[in-house]
Amino acid sequence: MSAKQPELESLVARKYRHGFVTDIASDTVAPGLDEDVIRLISAKKGEPAFMLDWRLKAYRRWLKMTPPTWAHVHYPPIDFRSISYYSAPKQRGDGPKSLADVDPKLLETYDKLGIPLHERARLAGVAVDAVFDSVSVATTFKERLTEAGVIFCPFSEAVQKHPALIERYLGTVVPVGDNFYAALNSAVFTDGSFVYVPKGVRCPMELSTYFRINAANTGQFERTLIIADDGAHVSYLEGCTAPQRDENQLHAAVVELVALDGAEIKYSTVQNWYPGDENGIGGIYNFVTKRGDCRGQNSKISWTQVETGSAITWKYPSCILRGDGSVGEFYSVALANHRQQADTGTKMIHMGRNTSSTIISKGISAGHGQNAYRGLVKVLPGADGARNHTQCDSLLMGPDCGAHTFPYIEVKNPTAVVEHEATTSRISDDQLFYCLQRGISAEDAVNMIVNGFCRQVFRELPMEFAVEAQNLLAVSLEGAVG
Amino acid sequence: MSDDGRMILDVRDLRVRAGERLILDGLSLCVRAGEVHAIMGPNGSGKSTLTGVLAGRPGLEVISGSATYLGRDLLAMPPEERAREGLFLAFQYPVEIPGVNNVYLLKAALNAKRRHQGLPELDAFEFLGLVKAKLAAMRMDESLLNRGVNEGFSGGEKKRNEILQMSMLEPTLALLDETDSGLDIDALKVVADGVNALRSPERALVLVTHYQRLLDHVIPDQVHVLARGRIVRSGGRELALELERRGYDWLREGTAAA
Repeated sequence: MSAKQPELESLVARKYRHGFVTDIASDTVAPGLDEDVIRLISAKKGEPAFMLDWRLKAYRRWLKMTPPTWAHVHYPPIDFRSISYYSAPKQRGDGPKSLADVDPKLLETYDKLGIPLHERARLAGVAVDAVFDSVSVATTFKERLTEAGVIFCPFSEAVQKHPALIERYLGTVVPVGDNFYAALNSAVFTDGSFVYVPKGVRCPMELSTYFRINAANTGQFERTLIIADDGAHVSYLEGCTAPQRDENQLHAAVVELVALDGAEIKYSTVQNWYPGDENGIGGIYNFVTKRGDCRGQNSKISWTQVETGSAITWKYPSCILRGDGSVGEFYSVALANHRQQADTGTKMIHMGRNTSSTIISKGISAGHGQNAYRGLVKVLPGADGARNHTQCDSLLMGPDCGAHTFPYIEVKNPTAVVEHEATTSRISDDQLFYCLQRGISAEDAVNMIVNGFCRQVFRELPMEFAVEAQNLLAVSLEGAVG
Repeated sequence: MSDDGRMILDVRDLRVRAGERLILDGLSLCVRAGEVHAIMGPNGSGKSTLTGVLAGRPGLEVISGSATYLGRDLLAMPPEERAREGLFLAFQYPVEIPGVNNVYLLKAALNAKRRHQGLPELDAFEFLGLVKAKLAAMRMDESLLNRGVNEGFSGGEKKRNEILQMSMLEPTLALLDETDSGLDIDALKVVADGVNALRSPERALVLVTHYQRLLDHVIPDQVHVLARGRIVRSGGRELALELERRGYDWLREGTAAA
């Protein structure tokens, strides 16, 4: 759709002009992790001392931790000694030489998603040297942000150029020892995104990793930090609807959001990592820690996620409602088809007075997929007048899938109002027949019904993203109805 | 009406069961282009099974007999193909599909049919122009378009919505399953107007109804009485009036003689 306008394509393509020619040699450290590896990572990135100290602190915490086992997911233990924690960006030549070498199934999917040809090459990791006359577009884009005073750059660049902001905010939302994967990420992350929107500024455009020129290959331990200063507004889009070729099985990202007084952050994700084949072979483990801190009064953080990929999703984008009158929102569509397992939800921690939160979760299970909603609504003693509304809906397709809901509610303030609604439904034969009788194919009918089920979430997404998300759901559900 | 209209539907000796229960037991019916047929009968006589089996509703098993639609074996066609070939069923109980925009379903349906006919699909603007014209003609509210399919519709709104879909899809054969039941007089008029607007020498309509009041507004060419799974009597409009006066009991006894 419109997200594939020429300007976008060319922006994306620009990456290739500059490639990954960096001053870092093409070295890869041996698998395994110790303090020397962390020192090496920090040195390679030319980081200031506080960063190294912070990484080492995280690593020492991590050593004492064990992987969480409470999620409703099953997988063989991960051997963390077998992972190489630093490798210079891959040379272009490592990928397939042309689209002819790419798995035809992948190409078929790109076709269904309507992804332009040269973009397919990029996504499939093909070594291409496409040049588009779009430098001006990218420049305009950067100029507009600079004019507004918005900082949007790779994390490692921010460490160099804005160390004071990094030192002040990094790890203040997700502390180094928060959980096993967050600790690991803190110790070894190599890059990610950094956004700072200054006081009173409304970011003039949606920020997207799509736009961020050197976004690809940030690797398996990605780190994102977004700060909206007093009265600032920003909308950030993460991910891509197209399935991406990836060598790393484990992805453990951390995202931290900070909203100061009256600030608003909207964070939208479409996640479509490789889910593995029909039998659950291969596929990404997506173990992500995402948390937003409504630090200021009347601030607002809104998470919207469409999770259709990955073999295992373990993810709970959360809001700490610290400031009085702050607002947290979580809108989620999670799909588990074939052998996929998803354990996802949110935490809303009400600390400030008159804080409110909304949770809308739509889980779709098909094939042998297992989908769990896990959510915590916690109202602390000082949170007078806190309100929460939670709605968890599950849609089952076929007899072999599962839907599970684990809502935790802890209320320590008598003035709080907490509501929880949950439904589980199937696509009824009557609904299907009704559509068939109108000439609509069974596949289209199911897509229509599923999209209707997800509508409350899709309407929270930015426009082009919403359209892509609908197409994505259709592709992900192929073969789910017999 | 004359017999020169082309044969649209030819049902012969149809026997259908749902689960263990035999519901249609040797039903025959001929419907030609240009005709309006009314099928009346007491509850449980098999009226909805008849429309269901013709439209391809799952759960109904044809034991014997045939149904030919425009010269083709109707029962061998999947339900969506029957629809695209111009067979429309106005449901007695239209289902709700939450979150799916009513106008979206309508557009998908119309374009599925157009694709099948080798016609170009209508874009959003062409489609909206068409649907608004139909709405105005039927004195229906535009807000109906942007609500979820039948979601929270009143009984009357659901039936009007069926008629709207019918008038958009312009079927060759329309089956209306008790579309008139539960309607107030205004809604009944809308339904009747919709049906009358569709009458043409190329099309045929089959109205399944329990009461004859719809037939005050839509004059049928033939009236059939369905009882115990077969048509026990056929006649003109006057048969409907007689049923209104005398009920169905007198026909039950007469089944053997009919």
